[in-house]
Amino acid sequence: MGTTHPILLENGRIIDPLNGTDRVGNLLLVDGVCRSVGSLDQLPMGVERIDLSSKWVMPGLIDMHVHLREPGEEYKESIASGTAAAAAGGFTAVACMPNTRPVLDSESTVSFVVSRAEGASARVYPVGAISKESHGEQLAEFGEMQRAGAVAFTDDGRPVISSQMMRRALEYASNFDVPIISHCEEITLSRNGSMHEGTVSTRLGLGGIPGAAEEIMVYRDLALAELTGHRIHLAHISTGESVSLIRRAKARGCRVTAETTAHYFTLTEEAVGLYDTCAKMNPPLRTSADVEAIIVGLQDGTLDAIASDHAPHSEMEKELEFDQAANGIIGLETSVPLALRLVQAGRLTVARLVEVMSVNPAKILGVPGGSLADGAVADVTVIDPERKFIYSKESVVSKSKNSPFLEWPFIGQAVMTIIGGRIVLRR
Amino acid sequence: MSAEYRFNHKHIISIDDFSVADINFILQTAESLKEISTRSIKKVPTLRGKTIINLFFEPSTRTRLSFEVAAKRMSADTFNISASTSSATKGETLIDTAKNLQAMQPDAIIIRHSSSGVPNLLRRHVQASIINAGDGTHQHPSQALLDMMTVREKKGRLDGLKIAIIGDIAHSRVAHSNIMGFSKMGADVHVCGPNTMLPAGLEGMGATRQTSVAKAVFDADVIMALRIQKERQRDPLIPSLREYASVFGINRAMADLAKPDALIMHPGPINRGVEMSPDVADGSQSVILEQVTNGVAVRMALLYLVLGGD
Repeated sequence: MGTTHPILLENGRIIDPLNGTDRVGNLLLVDGVCRSVGSLDQLPMGVERIDLSSKWVMPGLIDMHVHLREPGEEYKESIASGTAAAAAGGFTAVACMPNTRPVLDSESTVSFVVSRAEGASARVYPVGAISKESHGEQLAEFGEMQRAGAVAFTDDGRPVISSQMMRRALEYASNFDVPIISHCEEITLSRNGSMHEGTVSTRLGLGGIPGAAEEIMVYRDLALAELTGHRIHLAHISTGESVSLIRRAKARGCRVTAETTAHYFTLTEEAVGLYDTCAKMNPPLRTSADVEAIIVGLQDGTLDAIASDHAPHSEMEKELEFDQAANGIIGLETSVPLALRLVQAGRLTVARLVEVMSVNPAKILGVPGGSLADGAVADVTVIDPERKFIYSKESVVSKSKNSPFLEWPFIGQAVMTIIGGRIVLRR
Repeated sequence: MSAEYRFNHKHIISIDDFSVADINFILQTAESLKEISTRSIKKVPTLRGKTIINLFFEPSTRTRLSFEVAAKRMSADTFNISASTSSATKGETLIDTAKNLQAMQPDAIIIRHSSSGVPNLLRRHVQASIINAGDGTHQHPSQALLDMMTVREKKGRLDGLKIAIIGDIAHSRVAHSNIMGFSKMGADVHVCGPNTMLPAGLEGMGATRQTSVAKAVFDADVIMALRIQKERQRDPLIPSLREYASVFGINRAMADLAKPDALIMHPGPINRGVEMSPDVADGSQSVILEQVTNGVAVRMALLYLVLGGD
C-alpha cells in the first residue's frame, strides 16, 4: 500500500458502534492502524492534521456484493476502475463476485484477482464459486481458493438449483468457516420474466417475476442452513416476505445473515417507466410494500447489510429491447447517498448505517474492519452529511453508466476514503 | 367536439397515450376516410411525397397489408422490410437498424416486434413518427381502434356497452389495447380465460375478471374471442386445445347467452373450432370481416393524423 505518514483526523463526529462510540473527537492513524489520541502535544513526527469539523468519521465501509468484471469483461469494469468507483463512493473494501470470464472457481483465478488488486483504490476480497464454472454440478475447490484469498463462496448471478448441491456446499464450507452466499431464485418461475409481476408488468406487456421466485429459494436455503447447522448469507433480498422468512428463522436460531441493496429500499417497479433498462435487475424492483418491509428489516436487524450489487454493463447490453437487456445496475457511488436518505428521513440511525455497511459485512466475511478501536486497521470513511451533489453521467467513476439514479440530487457524500492509513479519495 | 381540439401526437404507441377526445377524433377521421375505399379510384393525394417504412420483425400478413393499403390509398410511398430478430445475433442491434433507416429520412416507421417496448425505444433514436403495429405482449393500438370503430358503427356508441373478451389475455397485445380503449370510452369490459392466461393487475387496466365464460358473455353487447397460440400448450398454460375449445371456446350456445344482437368479433387469424366454432364465426352476428375493412380506414386516419398536418 506504499508508505504513509501519520494522520490526525480532528474534530470529526466519530461513529464507531462496535465500540459504543458516537462523539466528536480525534483519531490518529499511524503505521496502518487506528490509535486513540492522548495529548495533542505528543503527536508523532510528520503528522498531517485534518480538520473534520461537522464531518462524520466511521470505520471504512465495506460493499460485500460487487461485480468487478475482471477477468473477461474489462470493457464494462476492471479491478482498477471498480475500486476507484468504490473509493469514490466511500468504500474501503469490496467483495467481488466470481461470475467473471473465466469464473473464479480455482486457486489460480482467485490468485489472479488478488494480484491485480495490489495497489488498487480499495481492498478486494474475492468470492469464489460454489461449483465449477458455477454450473451447479461439481463442487469447486474451497480450500485452495481460501488459501489464495477467497473469503466466501457463491454461484451468484444464478441460483444453485440442486438442493443437494447447496447442502453439500454448506457442509463442506463449514470445514473452512466461510459463508456460502446464496442467490435466491427459483428459475422456473422467473425465467420468462424481466420485471416484477404485477400491474406494471401487465400494462407494459413484460413477463413477470413474482416475489415467490425469491421466497421459495429463501425458504429452501433457510431449511438447509438449519439442516446442516452451517451459516448462510442471502444476497440481494428484495421482497417483504423474504424479510419475514429470515426474521422467523433468526428467531429460531438459524445461522443466517442477509443483505439488501439501496435500490430495493429506494425504488419500486414503477421506476421501469417506459422500458428504462436501467431499472432492470435481478431480482427486480418490487412494490412499495416491499420497499417498506426492507426498511423495517434493516431497522430491526433482520437484514444485516446494505450491499450495492454493483453490476456494470455497457450500452451494448443496455440500449436494447427491454426483455433482451442485461440485468443489473451500478451502485458503488450511490449506495452511501441513498442510505443517507434513509438517515435524513429518520428511518435509519447513523450508527445502524455503520453497522450494515461496515461492522456486519466485516463480521460476515471475516475480514478486518468495522472498528476504530485502538489497534484496528486504519480503514476509515469520512462523510460530509451536508454535501450536495448531482449524480451526473459525467461524474461517474465506474466505467459503466447504467444507473437509474443519474441526475438525482443528493445530500451527503463520502469526502475521504482511507485504506490502511493511506488517503485514496479526498474531495 | 370542442372547436379548440387539436390532435397532438407524433407517435402512435399505446392506447394509454390517448384521451377520450383523441379516440373520438381518430374514429371520426377514420369514418370520414372510409368512403375513399368504396370509390372506383381508391386514391387521394393527401400523403403524396411521404415515405413510410413497414419494419416488421414478426411475420404478419393482414396488419402489414392493411397498413400498406392504407398508405397507398393516401398516395404515400411505402417500403416493406421483413427483418429478423436474429439480426441482433448477426451483430446489428435494433437501434443500428433504426438509425440506418432514419438516414433515409422516412416520415413514419411502422414497427412490429416481438419485444414489448420496442416502439418506445425507437422513438428515442429516430426522428420519424413511430406507429406501433404490435409490440410483444404490450400494445396493438390500431387493432383496438378498428375494433372500437366497428362497435361504434354497429351500436352507435361505446359508452355503457358490455364487452366480453375471452382467451389468452396475458399474451395478447390486442386484449391489452382493447381493455384500455373500451374502458376509457365508458364500456364495461369483462374478461375470461384459463386463469393461467389472466395476468396480475387486470383490474388496474379497467377490466373485470370472470371465472366462467358464461358469466363474462351473459347479456354482453360484444363477444371478442382471442387467438390461442398453439405453442401455449407447452408453457404449460392449457392442457390441450381440445379442452380449451370445450371449456373456453365460443360456440352457439355460449354466444346465445349474450344479447340477441351481440356482435361477434375476432382479431384474426382464427383457429376455427378452437376459440370459436365455425358457425359462430360465420354467423349473422359476426363482424369479423368488417373489422378488416375498418382496419384500413383506421390506419389511413392514423397516418393522416401523424403525417398530414404539415
